[in-house]
Amino acid sequence: MTAAPGPAPAGPSAFTPLIEMRGVNKHYGDLHVLQDIELTVGRGEVVVIIGPSGSGKSTLCRAINRLEPIERGTILIDGQPLPAEGKGLARLRAEVGMVFQSFNLFAHRTVLQNVSLAQIKVRGRPKAEADAKSRSLLERVGLAAQADKYPAQLSGGQQQRVAIARALAMDPKALLFDEPTSALDPEMINEVLDVMRQLAREGMTMVVVTHEMGFARASANRVVFMADGRIIEDRAPEEFFSAPESERARDFLSKILKH
Amino acid sequence: MKTLTDNWSTYWDGFLGTLSLFAVSAVLSLVLGVLIAGFRVSPVRPLRVFGTLWVTVLRNTPLTLLFFIVVLGLPRFNITLPFYVFAVLALGCYTSAFVCESMRSGINTVPPGQGEAARSLGMSFGQTMSLVVLPQAYRSVVAPIGSVLIALAKNSAIAGSFSVVELLGTYRTINELGYSIIWTFVWIAVGYLIITLAISAVFNLLERRVAVSR
Repeated sequence: MTAAPGPAPAGPSAFTPLIEMRGVNKHYGDLHVLQDIELTVGRGEVVVIIGPSGSGKSTLCRAINRLEPIERGTILIDGQPLPAEGKGLARLRAEVGMVFQSFNLFAHRTVLQNVSLAQIKVRGRPKAEADAKSRSLLERVGLAAQADKYPAQLSGGQQQRVAIARALAMDPKALLFDEPTSALDPEMINEVLDVMRQLAREGMTMVVVTHEMGFARASANRVVFMADGRIIEDRAPEEFFSAPESERARDFLSKILKH
Repeated sequence: MKTLTDNWSTYWDGFLGTLSLFAVSAVLSLVLGVLIAGFRVSPVRPLRVFGTLWVTVLRNTPLTLLFFIVVLGLPRFNITLPFYVFAVLALGCYTSAFVCESMRSGINTVPPGQGEAARSLGMSFGQTMSLVVLPQAYRSVVAPIGSVLIALAKNSAIAGSFSVVELLGTYRTINELGYSIIWTFVWIAVGYLIITLAISAVFNLLERRVAVSR
């Protein structure tokens, strides 16, 4: 049933795998939340993961940088196996940015410090250089004027854009988005999606867990449909949305695309 | 009043003794407490086990027993130190267990997403704790740590029974000279109040400062 990694998508020229998950399994107690996951994400690819809640899509996303430990299987980032703990894991995590549903900006630091902190402490950049880079990234997400505010003073959409800037500041090879717009008011969703669309156009490798079908249709190279801890379909978005192969996917799409 | 003025130097020495016992043990307990709290939330299992053991043993043992163990036990292993150092060790280690638990409850008030965000940016466990989690835990541990340190100041009285010069122990000297036992203790109580109220004041100030910086 599990779909093969799929052919090289139309977008990127040469398919070189950046994230590989092989035979990944995980339980939460009795719940088999990830079952024999096989997923390859190529450099420059945008892969959108969709599925009903509880299908394991967030867990899959968080397993890629080992915020969720896995029980069996291997995960490779740019050909290197993900270490279990310690310095090696921290080094690999620095290469994979993550954007969370609840933003998770450092509440005790200003916007600028949020974006600069890891550049200085993890990448070892001088403060002036880090701050300059932070300011240009904040400019890019349209928040240059908010640099000296604290996260609590910003709207949800603004916070999420700062979180994206913070992840980009590490010059990551890939970005993981774990339901980046699910905690936002409707009118703020687009300002975040705009930034994500722009990143996708610029060739950033992205794994996006989302319920935004418009984003999946327009910006994804592949759509991965998950249910009950398994990958059910893994196909180009047009094929998936117009002619889903599985009953589960048809059922899911009929529920969310009604209006 | 005569009890105080006649025995000023005895009182003063005792007061300084208690103050220095408190200060040195407080520093030791804060350093150890934060360290052990780090152990207890660390991803390394042996460290967690050690931290849990440390807290369980020290928090559930009477302090007087701990003094006996340190003062009578350590010399058996050919460790002979001044009584003052023994007292600081006993008080500092005992209080560190309480500091640790206050810190840990403070750490638990910080949303887990904060630590996840730090780790996802490639920060080590130490960086995650010191740069992101502990600064945010700080505001919620100020008040409980204040209580723990006030308890420490009062607990230091036990050291008097182990040949360390401190405030409570001065009653023996003064009492032998025939002064009223009631007034002797009243002035000793005043001495403790000066120290504990000062600690309260400092922590009230700290609390107000973290409230403003929010």
